[in-house]
Amino acid sequence: MAEEPTTRPETALLVLGCPQVPVQTSIALYLINRLKKAGITPVVAGNKAANTLLVVADQDRHYLGEVIDLDRAVGLITDKKRDFDRCFVFIHNDAGVSYAATMGAISGAKLYTLVYGEHYEEQVKKIDFPCTVIAAKAVHNPLPLKKAIDEVKPWAA
Amino acid sequence: MGCVESMNYEIVLRDATFKESRDYIKATFKDFIDVQPGFKVFDVHVIGLPPIAIGLDGDFVIFPYTKPCHGTFLLRVEDPEEAARLRALKK
Repeated sequence: MAEEPTTRPETALLVLGCPQVPVQTSIALYLINRLKKAGITPVVAGNKAANTLLVVADQDRHYLGEVIDLDRAVGLITDKKRDFDRCFVFIHNDAGVSYAATMGAISGAKLYTLVYGEHYEEQVKKIDFPCTVIAAKAVHNPLPLKKAIDEVKPWAA
Repeated sequence: MGCVESMNYEIVLRDATFKESRDYIKATFKDFIDVQPGFKVFDVHVIGLPPIAIGLDGDFVIFPYTKPCHGTFLLRVEDPEEAARLRALKK
């Protein structure tokens, strides 16, 4: 009897930036929920502060799944031990652009850049690598960025 | 800084942009190599827009180290073996 083909669930990596801009944590939880509802398994990678903000807010893990250290994630992908189908990089500063370019170079994932913050246009100008840019001026209020994400529907593409 | 903390490093630039870091290396060191993101220098995977410049000055290696909240640091570390390994990649 022939075995039925097994389909691996799609995966998405959310690369968090510095959590100093408030919308990041809110949008990360929103995106995680949308991805999960679409059958995509989200994994979060950030520094200790960015990860802890999420873990404390979602102690019973209603939204969050796997959470890993950002440097470790870069190492795992570079060493070809792990990869994802989609990758979302949160950007509000120059370091965010650097991490996005890195993910574009080391990962086979479809790359989305989520650009926000007071000076989001400055960061958008630095993005010269293939990716889908989702950008909005959003600092404290996540709704402009949520709206921009909803227009792209990256969980459905 | 993880394993970087255990190194005897000197900070050449701090809180820089990635471009400032690359421009500094190319303007300051005659000897440098271009690598791709994720390339390992010591035990650090370098982050940035390709190509990423790494400076070589005698036994010193000068490389960018990026943190999400603090931008890019340019670090200078003395290590004859690593400098020789990187120089050999140019050939």
